[in-house]
Amino acid sequence: MINMLQKLGASTLGIFERLGRGHLFLYYTLRGIGSLLPRPNLVLAQVYATGVLSLIIILVSGLFVGMVLGLQGYNTLVDFGAEESLGVMVALSLVRELGPVVTALLFAGRAGSALTAEIGLMKSTEQLSGMEMMAVDPLARVIAPRFLAGAIAMPLLAAMFSAVGVMGGYFVGVGLLGVDEGAFWSQMQASVDVDEDIINGVIKSIAFGIVVTWIAVFEGYDCIPTSEGVSRATTRTVVHSSLAVLGLDFVLTALMFGE
Amino acid sequence: MTQHEPLVKIRNLHFSRGNRKIFDGVDIDIEAGRITAIMGPSGTGKTTLLKLIGGQLRPDKGSIHVDGQEVHRLRHGQLYALRKRMGMLFQSGALLTDINVFDNVAFPIREHTKLPESLIRHLVLMKLQAVGLRGARDLMPSELSGGMARRVALARAIALDPMMIMFDEPFTGQDPISMGVLVTLIRSLNDALGLTSILVSHDVAETASISDYIYVISEGKVVEHGTPEAINRSASQWVKQFMEGLPDGPVPFHYQAVDYAEDLLTGGGR
Amino acid sequence: MMHSRTIQLWVGIFVALGMASLFMLSMKVSNINAFRAVEGFTVTAKFENIGGLKVRSPVKMAGVVVGRVDDIGFDNDSYEAVVSMKIEDKYQHMPLDTTASIFTAGLLGEQYIGLEPGGEEQYLKEGSEIKLTQSAMVLENLIGTFLFDKADKAEKSGTADKGSK
Repeated sequence: MINMLQKLGASTLGIFERLGRGHLFLYYTLRGIGSLLPRPNLVLAQVYATGVLSLIIILVSGLFVGMVLGLQGYNTLVDFGAEESLGVMVALSLVRELGPVVTALLFAGRAGSALTAEIGLMKSTEQLSGMEMMAVDPLARVIAPRFLAGAIAMPLLAAMFSAVGVMGGYFVGVGLLGVDEGAFWSQMQASVDVDEDIINGVIKSIAFGIVVTWIAVFEGYDCIPTSEGVSRATTRTVVHSSLAVLGLDFVLTALMFGE
Repeated sequence: MTQHEPLVKIRNLHFSRGNRKIFDGVDIDIEAGRITAIMGPSGTGKTTLLKLIGGQLRPDKGSIHVDGQEVHRLRHGQLYALRKRMGMLFQSGALLTDINVFDNVAFPIREHTKLPESLIRHLVLMKLQAVGLRGARDLMPSELSGGMARRVALARAIALDPMMIMFDEPFTGQDPISMGVLVTLIRSLNDALGLTSILVSHDVAETASISDYIYVISEGKVVEHGTPEAINRSASQWVKQFMEGLPDGPVPFHYQAVDYAEDLLTGGGR
Repeated sequence: MMHSRTIQLWVGIFVALGMASLFMLSMKVSNINAFRAVEGFTVTAKFENIGGLKVRSPVKMAGVVVGRVDDIGFDNDSYEAVVSMKIEDKYQHMPLDTTASIFTAGLLGEQYIGLEPGGEEQYLKEGSEIKLTQSAMVLENLIGTFLFDKADKAEKSGTADKGSK
């Protein structure tokens, strides 16, 4: 019994210690971002690695999610004779929720895990340590550009996801199921609000981008430098950032639309 | 700073990892311009010592002065300024795997100076020439053998013309030829560039052949120090066993166990 | 350096695509013009019941959106809802005796304010109040009235039947 309590205490302390380290890490990373201003190429290379290389999966997923929304929405709405509202339904679900959330989950799986594995391997092959000894701060040189790139790429990816999703919904709704094209767009435009829906969606996706990238680079930087440690850190990145995205989504939704 | 002050001065160093004491009151002086070897069995924390000197780890107690500055009292910027004057050669080479040999050697120069590319090219080729790998400049680190990777890392370590280089197990896992190349390189670079070298190793013969001074560390303490000749003549049985690589001696061949015969007679269990 | 140029090109394409998507979302999916419609004059109107009217609901005249609901308040003395709406500047000639009613788009759609012009010579301007208003139809009340009517009629005809016997 005493033992179990002790273990509980130890793991609680461990969690807090990690949280503390994570925040310190974030602080030093943010401090390192300043040093990137004269060297935008470092960030560009990472936008390429996290953003451009995630493009295909995001576009394809967005298209299919939009098409499924079109089908499901039509089947539900047609019972009420409200299939003209299909555009509203597709657009609002995408812009408010599915765009940011699904993109963040895919981003965690595609770019986040790659970031963790890359940084973890750099750590286990002593590249980070080597940089430190060359008087190059790895937080500024390696972590900060990746962090910044993630925060930049995520909202752009989410916007593309939503846009492609709306197109998918349009193809299915208007093209296949014969919803009136004018009604599809005009109802959508009447109900989707720029500052309430689109801006909030963008804010969400920026927040998710920061959180997912933060978790990914921290897990990589903090991993045990063995092959097992790297693989566990990669798994943790995907699990933790997915949970964080869903939890944060609830909080943000409550703040934005809860009133 | 007086003339006789050693370049690196370690006093009463204590360091532990978890409950395990790694250093328990170690004093080491490293004189400028010489090759000082730090030897000891695996797991005595020789790499840890280099990381302590480089300021990557903090000692629990004691002090480390490098060139008159106490490493662990320095602020971030000062520490980084000091590190620019130190080179370190990691066991694995620690080359950046996503860029080629040329860019690896150019990396510290590009990071710390604003020299034009043409001058950087000259410098890099000069450093690569010094380690005999000018022809390998376009290879990626994954295409290099272990010995070549270490030579590239050495070229990178001397890229900024440091005052001191720390070698972490440079000979481990090398075939005799690349071992010979590395031995010669370390000695000749040290003399040609007026470096101070700290060499951490347990390859007795090679290390003794090029070093000017040797510290032998075991169980957190310095057991012996002196010139290679003095160490070879050491009266200590332990040092003798270590230097000559005898299988049995003060360090027993068998891990601590109950009596063999008794162990065999005990039935059942393990 | 060829490599870094390809990267720059790709990142350029990527950012352009992202921006284009955001642009498409704001222009095509949502109505950005409504967002910009801040130039205008404010008039108020009191309603007994506004039903499901919200801030930013449209204000229409002859089916054309002429403004949006700006604010919804409550008058403590008359127990009425005070709705202020912003009418776009280009619609300056609305008679002072315009009627404001709350309508529902379709059976279950969103609610909006519909304006009916009167015959007054003077026009609505900043700060005017629309006196003639008609409240929202609340579905429950409608159904309630309808059922009550039915029951009433049934009762009457019932007694009439008895009386005839």
